[in-house]
Amino acid sequence: MIDPVTLWTVIIGLGLGSFFLRFVFTGLVGNRAMPDWLLRHLRYTAVAILPALVAPQVLWPAATGGETDPARLAAAVAALTVGLLTKNVIAAMLSGGFTLYGLLYLLG
Amino acid sequence: MAITTVKSAYFSGVAAGAPFILVIIPFASLFGLLATEAGLSVVQTLSFSVVVIAGAAQFTALQLMVEDAPTLVVLASALAVNLRMAMYSASLTPYIGSAPLWQRACAAYLTVDQSYVVAVAKYERSPDMTLPERMGYFFGAVTPIVPLWYMFTLVGALLGAQVPDSWALDFAIPITFLAMIAPMFRTLAHVVAALVAVVVSLLCAGVPYSLGLIIAGIAGMMAGAQVELWTARRAAEDSV
Repeated sequence: MIDPVTLWTVIIGLGLGSFFLRFVFTGLVGNRAMPDWLLRHLRYTAVAILPALVAPQVLWPAATGGETDPARLAAAVAALTVGLLTKNVIAAMLSGGFTLYGLLYLLG
Repeated sequence: MAITTVKSAYFSGVAAGAPFILVIIPFASLFGLLATEAGLSVVQTLSFSVVVIAGAAQFTALQLMVEDAPTLVVLASALAVNLRMAMYSASLTPYIGSAPLWQRACAAYLTVDQSYVVAVAKYERSPDMTLPERMGYFFGAVTPIVPLWYMFTLVGALLGAQVPDSWALDFAIPITFLAMIAPMFRTLAHVVAALVAVVVSLLCAGVPYSLGLIIAGIAGMMAGAQVELWTARRAAEDSV
C-alpha cells in the first residue's frame, strides 16, 4: 500500500513540476533563442526515456517474479512491430493485447 | 469579424482533436484502474489526473511507488518522462509566446502530446493565423481530450476493484508505451537513441533507487544528438 503522505507529495510535486516544464519556454523564455545543443538533446527525450522504462519490465516482469515470460515478451514484440509498420497507436495496442491474452490462454 | 474567425479557429481545433478520443478513453480508464489496483482511493486517483494530466508520467510515478522507490526518485523519474513537455513548450514559443500571460499559463497546463502535435502542425501549415486564432485553435484541440481524460480516469477508478489479476493488466503499461513510441522512430537518430537507452537501462537494472532510468535516458539522448550531428555532417559532405 502506498503511504498517503508520499502519494500526495508525488501528486502535488509532479503537478507543479509538469506545469513548470510546460511553461518554462512559452512563459519564461519568451522569444529569446535557446542553444542548439540543448534542443538537439531534448528532441530525443521521449524515444530514450520510454523504451528505457519499458525494457526491464518486458524482460523481467514483476508479475512473474522476474522470470522472462514468453507471452509478455511476444506481446511487447507484437505491439512494437505493428506500431512500426502501421504508425497506428491503437492498432499496436490491440495487437499487443490480443497476443498477450492469446498466449496466456494457450500456454495456460 | 475578429470574433467569428476566432470561433471558427476554435471549432476547427475541436475537429482536429476529436480523433484522439479513441486513445484517451482506454488510456484514462487504464490509469484509473491501475491506480485503484495499487491502492489509491477514487479521490486520490482523480486528483492525480486533474493535477498532472500526463499519461506516461502518471504511469511511471505509479509504477515506481508500487515498487517502493524513494519519493525523490519517483518525482525525478516521472519528470524525466515528462521532459518532452519542455521541448513542446520550446517549440510552441515562437507561435504563442506573445499571448497574454494567463492564456500562456492555461495553454501550459493543457499541453499534452495530442494538443501539441495538432497545434504545431496547424501553425506550420497556416503561418497567417493571428495570435487569437492560434490560441482559439489550441483550446479547441484540447476540448475533446482533457475533459475525457478526467472523466474516464474516474470511470476506470470506479470499475477498478472488480478487475481480477488474471487479466494481466500489469502488462498494459509496457504495451501502451511501446505502441506510443513506435510511430516516433522517424530517423536513424531516434532509433539509435532508443536502442542505446534500452541497452543501458538493462545494464543498469541493478542500480539502486531506479536511477538506471535517468542514466539510460541521458545516454539515449546523447546518442540521438550525436547521430543527428553525424547524419547532418554526412549529408553536408555528400552535397559538396
